[in-house]
Amino acid sequence: MTEELIRKIESLDPKLHAFAWFDPAFAREQAKGLEKGGISKGPLWGIPVLVKDNICVEGVPTTCASKILKGFRPPYDATAVEKLKKAGAILLGMANMDEFAFGSSCEYSCYGPTRNPWDPTRVPGGSSGGSAAAVAAGLTALALGSDTGGSIRQPAAFCGVVGMKPTYGRVSRYGLIAFASSLDQIGPIARTVEEIALLLQGIAGFDPRDSTSGNLPVPDYQKELEKPVKGLRLGVPKEYFVDGLDPEVKKGIDAALAEFRRLGMSVTEVSLPHTEYAIPTYYVIATAEASSNLARFDGVQYGHRSSQGKSLLEMYTQTREEGFGPEAKRRIILGTFVLSSGYYEAYYGRALKVRTLIKKDFDRVFGSVDCLVTPTSPTPAFPLGEKMEDPLTMYLSDIHTISVNLAGVPALSVPCGFTQGGLPIGMQLIAKPFAEETLLKAAYAYQQATGWHKRQPPS
Amino acid sequence: MSYIPVIGLETHLQLKTVSKIFCGCSTTFGAPPNSQVCPVCLGFPGTLPVLNRQALTFGIRVALALGCGIQPRIVFHRKNYFYPDLPKDFQISQYDLPLGTDGFVEIGKRRIRIGRAHLEEDAGKLLHSAGYSLVDFNRTGVALLEIVTEPDLTSPEEAHLYLKTLRGILEYLEVSDCDMEKGSLRCDTNISLRPAGSAADSLGTKVEIKNLNSFKAVARSLAYEIQRQAQVLDEGGKIQQETRLWDDAAGRTEPMRSKEYAHDYRYFPEPDLVPFAVSPEEVEKVRGNLPELPPQRARRLIEQYGLSEMDARTLTASKGTADYFESCMKAAPASAKTLANWIAGELSSQTNARNLESVAGLPFPPGHLVELVGLIESGKISGKMAKEIFAEALSSGQSPGSIVYSKGLSQVTDPSVLQTAAQEVLKEHPQAAADYRTGKGQALMFLVGQLMRRTQGAASPAISQEILRKLLNDKEKRG
Repeated sequence: MTEELIRKIESLDPKLHAFAWFDPAFAREQAKGLEKGGISKGPLWGIPVLVKDNICVEGVPTTCASKILKGFRPPYDATAVEKLKKAGAILLGMANMDEFAFGSSCEYSCYGPTRNPWDPTRVPGGSSGGSAAAVAAGLTALALGSDTGGSIRQPAAFCGVVGMKPTYGRVSRYGLIAFASSLDQIGPIARTVEEIALLLQGIAGFDPRDSTSGNLPVPDYQKELEKPVKGLRLGVPKEYFVDGLDPEVKKGIDAALAEFRRLGMSVTEVSLPHTEYAIPTYYVIATAEASSNLARFDGVQYGHRSSQGKSLLEMYTQTREEGFGPEAKRRIILGTFVLSSGYYEAYYGRALKVRTLIKKDFDRVFGSVDCLVTPTSPTPAFPLGEKMEDPLTMYLSDIHTISVNLAGVPALSVPCGFTQGGLPIGMQLIAKPFAEETLLKAAYAYQQATGWHKRQPPS
Repeated sequence: MSYIPVIGLETHLQLKTVSKIFCGCSTTFGAPPNSQVCPVCLGFPGTLPVLNRQALTFGIRVALALGCGIQPRIVFHRKNYFYPDLPKDFQISQYDLPLGTDGFVEIGKRRIRIGRAHLEEDAGKLLHSAGYSLVDFNRTGVALLEIVTEPDLTSPEEAHLYLKTLRGILEYLEVSDCDMEKGSLRCDTNISLRPAGSAADSLGTKVEIKNLNSFKAVARSLAYEIQRQAQVLDEGGKIQQETRLWDDAAGRTEPMRSKEYAHDYRYFPEPDLVPFAVSPEEVEKVRGNLPELPPQRARRLIEQYGLSEMDARTLTASKGTADYFESCMKAAPASAKTLANWIAGELSSQTNARNLESVAGLPFPPGHLVELVGLIESGKISGKMAKEIFAEALSSGQSPGSIVYSKGLSQVTDPSVLQTAAQEVLKEHPQAAADYRTGKGQALMFLVGQLMRRTQGAASPAISQEILRKLLNDKEKRG
């Protein structure tokens, strides 16, 4: 099994470029270790998992696809990784991504872009593009991604696979190299909803090393999956169906809503009135936190250090000038600005207030519905290079996913059809905090009824 | 013109928690460089802080002892600035919601207001060499409590007294080593001048002084700075708002290169630590465990041992000193007054001369003092001899009793022995004897001195005087 996969990766990945780091010896060594015994054969035993390049794996280059972290091998495992190792999963390697998870196309990587397995001229989405593309192309069974504003769900939608952003606090962030600490969450990417449940089960739970992780019991997701969905109340937020929504995407969602009704669920229109403020709010909070989180990449302890600096200040500025790509620089500058004295209240202070309003929108709506249904992205995968030089348009492509991170609620993207051109369309389901099981059972029922997940990209 | 100094102090106190404030690393002082570090305190990517509850409890303990109110909701902020001793390039600190607010420290009759006391993590240590610098991260992440006064102090002496009083209180709390040399107690000062007679709230431009390594340095630097600022103002100049470094050897402050340190710290709430509540019950529990603090202890010493208020204050200013006094009293109920005099006098001056924290640090345990005072009170040795014996005991470590025994220093009180010696003295100094008889009283003291000399200081001065007077008077009668 491992050997077959290694051959497949070696033959297909040079074109797809889903991996940021791959060393067959690393996978083989783990497989051999498993054969020796010692780890009980649970559901993840021997299952290959690809890890996004921003989740620390002890001794393995973990670089956030950034030049500034080149050569950095963490001396410890992220909690999620540690759990997978204990469950006997085989870590395949590190997945390509947008540098520091800044992006929606997987083009801002120091390793070069990943391609979409359904159409190599298009992007796989981002920032967890490598993870989603590898799952879609069958280069791994499962993958870990991270989602700060849609970074799991949008690439899952673009690549025709399932991806979940769990509730903020469901999965420990310990070992996830932070982009925006109050928004980041590790989550699973897989071909099917069952596999999502499996991987989520493996990584979820309270972690004393992460003060923001929720100290709540973790349900048995495999059991929850098959519970009846009849009578489940679905809400369709009207603010998510506005100008710019691709008609084919709209058609896909409408068809899915009809399917949900057939399965005995009710569908009503609801309102999340502060949706239009989500993008500016997000880009203030996320960049502010990022500017501080990324300060530590200063050339002192690890990673890249410029050989040019003659003074301390020059060492800092040259290291960061050489080490960070354009989008990282853009966000650090933006984040530094919004936290600056004299601007804090107008930007960061206000953004925190709007964030509370957005959260309240969700609290209110979940009083009357169990689950929200929206498109994951307004469009299917766009061509490589299309939005590279236009950051604002790139930011706007996250419009459907960003509110979820601001509110901290869980959401999942599941394939709901294809465009005439053969590109996958993703549907997003959103539930209230710590109700991942609601997402799983709704998506599972839908998947069983439609079978979109059986389609595979052309190889 | 004459000016009134307006002084505020910021004191950083290292809390002696077993582990650091946000990780499990040890806080032991003096370990080999970078041996007490982990990915968390090194700020490695992906790591997260977890608050050490002991640090919070210690912080509350200090804040309560300083009369502060305790914030019901603990929130940490990030203070962002680049420096190689700060591995994350931000410090986790507290900003607009400090742990404790509105406390005070009493110095004499004055109340120095404490504006705030907040928790934060310590930075590492830079070791500079020619052409390169090294960083020791052992200290990084050690729990600090920053205690900030309002600008209530008006002189270097007052600042010094405040620090001594504050350290006294902190010692009682047993939450820190309070050792300035080891850096577990550090102090920065803020000082400005306002013209005498101006409104109390018309503050001048303030200057911050750093690099103060002792209480003495705090006082000296303030005295220097008062003079410097007064001169600038007298010459019609303006004080620049800046940070200056104290150069202890040169005895002056020098401006820090201000450009490098002109920070906009971009404070924002630390997203990796959720705000958490401190319940009133929790606060009351810490309050219930507060030890007897210097003011209460002074009151008790006055009542229990009949000490004067002055002695009681002196003794309780340092926990070690008060403990020393009370162990003496427990060992043998000698005269409290004599013990207090010795502790406040000879022992304290030796403590200061040796730069020790308290008399407890002297190689002269309470048992030795009890013995010494016992020898004095029983008349076995004179006060003068006691001082010599004390000096000897300090250098040799021997007990006063054994010194007296081995040197045969015991005071001669046997009248028959002294009688013979006194007669010889009178024979040798007929002139003095005659002087005394003609009414020159001071001649008697001369003769006592001669008698002391003859006995190598062993004669009891009181008995010697009595015997001499008696002999002289008797002779007069006979003569």
